[in-house]
Amino acid sequence: MAGPAPAAPQCLLEVRHVSKAFPGVVALDDVSLSLKAGTVHALMGENGAGKSTLMKIIAGIYRPDEGELRLRGRALQLRSPMEALHNGIAMIHQELNLMPSMSVAENVWIGREPLNACGIIRHRELNARTQALLERLQIDLDPRTPVRALSVAARQMVEIAKALSRQSQLLIMDEPTSALTDKEAQHLFTVIRELTAQGTGVFYITHRMDELFEIADEVSVLRDGRHIATDRPDNLSRDAIIRMMVGRELARLFPCAPANPGPVALSARALNLPPKFHDVSFDLHAGEILGVAGLIGAGRSQLAEALFGLTPASSGQILIEGCEVRVDCPGAAMARGVALVTEDRKESGCFLGLSVLENLEISVLTREFVRLGFVRKGALTRACAAISHSLRVKTPDLHERMENLSGGNQQKVLLGRWLLMQPKILILDEPTRGVDVGAKAEIHELISRLVAQGAAVLMISSEMPEILGMSHRIMVMHEGRVTGILARAEADQVKIMNLAAR
Amino acid sequence: MSEAPAPPSVGSAASARARGLPSEASILMVLVGLALTFELLGWIFVGQSFLFNAQRLVVMILQVSVIGIIAVGVTQVIISGGIDLSSGSVVALTAMVAASLAQSSDAVRAVYPALIDLPLIVPLAAGLAVGALAGLLNGTLIAWTSIPPFIATLGVMVSARGIAKWYTRGQPVSMLTDSYADIGGGVVPVVIFLATALVFHVALRYTRYGKFTYAIGANAQAARVSGINVPRHLIVVYTIAGGLSGLAGIVTSARAVSGQSGMGMMYELDAIAAAVIGGASLSGGVGRITGTVIGTLILGVVTSGFTFLRIDAYYQEIVKGAIIVVAVIADQYRQRARSRRA
Repeated sequence: MAGPAPAAPQCLLEVRHVSKAFPGVVALDDVSLSLKAGTVHALMGENGAGKSTLMKIIAGIYRPDEGELRLRGRALQLRSPMEALHNGIAMIHQELNLMPSMSVAENVWIGREPLNACGIIRHRELNARTQALLERLQIDLDPRTPVRALSVAARQMVEIAKALSRQSQLLIMDEPTSALTDKEAQHLFTVIRELTAQGTGVFYITHRMDELFEIADEVSVLRDGRHIATDRPDNLSRDAIIRMMVGRELARLFPCAPANPGPVALSARALNLPPKFHDVSFDLHAGEILGVAGLIGAGRSQLAEALFGLTPASSGQILIEGCEVRVDCPGAAMARGVALVTEDRKESGCFLGLSVLENLEISVLTREFVRLGFVRKGALTRACAAISHSLRVKTPDLHERMENLSGGNQQKVLLGRWLLMQPKILILDEPTRGVDVGAKAEIHELISRLVAQGAAVLMISSEMPEILGMSHRIMVMHEGRVTGILARAEADQVKIMNLAAR
Repeated sequence: MSEAPAPPSVGSAASARARGLPSEASILMVLVGLALTFELLGWIFVGQSFLFNAQRLVVMILQVSVIGIIAVGVTQVIISGGIDLSSGSVVALTAMVAASLAQSSDAVRAVYPALIDLPLIVPLAAGLAVGALAGLLNGTLIAWTSIPPFIATLGVMVSARGIAKWYTRGQPVSMLTDSYADIGGGVVPVVIFLATALVFHVALRYTRYGKFTYAIGANAQAARVSGINVPRHLIVVYTIAGGLSGLAGIVTSARAVSGQSGMGMMYELDAIAAAVIGGASLSGGVGRITGTVIGTLILGVVTSGFTFLRIDAYYQEIVKGAIIVVAVIADQYRQRARSRRA
């Protein structure tokens, strides 16, 4: 579809048959599209559809395995982000890359400061240049303000000014409005329109459907690393875009745990933690998997952390088996039989430098495996060996260092850590992220087995097949609010995406 | 060691792979190598044996016992991912406080004229309490504010030295009771050092306290998610380290039979060096008391070896510095080799 368009004079950047694979996944598969000068080209797609990978290739962060980029008809080989900048391509990342203690002007001109004959920075010139840039963008900021004192929106403006100061003609924006208020977003759109009027081309990644119709001249949809379609937003309906985003066949490879819900195990009543999530209420039954769907940044992980006491909610109630409980630290949650496997395995899950055994045993050291402060080594090691065996963790032995295990096996060890505790309520945040297909199936099977034995599972997942295949009910969140709870029978990808993307 | 049966899905070749020697083995070889070098040089240049001299060996360990006691505490702090710079000053402060409560009736101008010839337990308890309090302050600062351990303990280091000087307006405290002086006599310091090492070796390897300490050092965020009360545990670790510095202060003042505010100068750095030579990693999660004991002995061998060969103390320090750096470089190579093994 949509083969390479002939290099029309107004064509700024052309992506031709670009493919990129990472170990185990094909992130981009023969993608071709083009950006015209003076337009905004929006990219839509589910999490993991390949939008960010494509943009990182254009920004010189990744190099494509196959295919080429053409800038104004010339072939373009980018070996680093620096080279992309020299070619007038600037990317504004989701996490902004500014130095907080330096001023706006210093940040904009970092590495390119105007110097006098002695090599001393001419601050007046620096500020004047920045002022001129900011005025051109109609941004009301003092160039001397330290970036630390600025709001996220203002920082984004600094990034844009920085891009502009390098005469960038191609701007890549990755979900720029995700942290902005409506008013700030409107101002951003004004600035973008200003830039396009001056001939700049903008690639714009977003999850917000409304923005598409407001700002984009063209929309491309990616799915599973493939380019699905490109069109003008006027020619497309909301539903059509959602269908393109999710329209894949669902393979039935999920072990379907029979729906046999028992009594309510965990209830949330009007939980609040502004600005992360608001007014979240739900019931989770024993013997049930409640899937939590939503786009990245919908507040799902923060909800999980609040339920486990890592960052307690500021208001609302948590009831476990009908009794209201205060969950203000993980220990309190664990005492009630709640376990959490976090989203980020490396950051908050594994002790990479310690052994598999030490990784397994850590959460049960407050329980039956300790006598008078001394660890009952024999009993504990036997229990760890048994769980590692039943999870089929592939490791030479329990003394292997955790960092030598594959991602899937690390994930199994983390699950094992909590299974040793025999939790009644298991919260899983992206349980199979970065896990190969085989281990994925094993983890799914394990979750189903636990649920069949009466555990209650709250499963956050950004993978639609996993959500639809595993969950008995699906709770959808959007920008910190629950936008719907669907029963398995009525749920499908389009309904979920409609609730998740609003 | 390996009572855990390997899962059957694992190939036998992998499980048969040699586990390699414990990490202390290489550092023990350095110790033996250094000792043999001095032995050889001894026969060549001085005409006598370095090792086969019981008195020299006792003095050698005696010299580093105080450093060793501190290093046992510092090792635990380093395993938890922190650092303690305050040990040397805490030694001085506890030496002053404990000595002031251990003065005999012979003391002409006693610090507390009413409190002389007190039972031994009083200065001991006071010294340990002062050390533990300093550690508690370190731990509380680190756990409840976001300042790094380096800064918190640097502050306590400076202030504790100040308090030690202020305590008697810079005057040394002398004329201590015989029972107090006995703590520093003979091989008592060596016994205290080895007993301390044994207690905390067991604590680190076989108790929940130890498991939590390693876990926090390896990944504090994951430790929190695993249900460990990280701030509370860190306070315990620093309090223990402070208490051990206090113990070192008692031993120091007992050996000198006086308390002086200049005691323990730079001891914190020797203790950190002993831990690091012994394999503790400043990035946390790695380290053992056995390694630290060997590290301490290496410092002792270098010091007494150079004295034995009648080489200037200047060279001693130069070589000591080089040994610290080489030990850490060697350790990094070993760690890299380890993680590449898979």
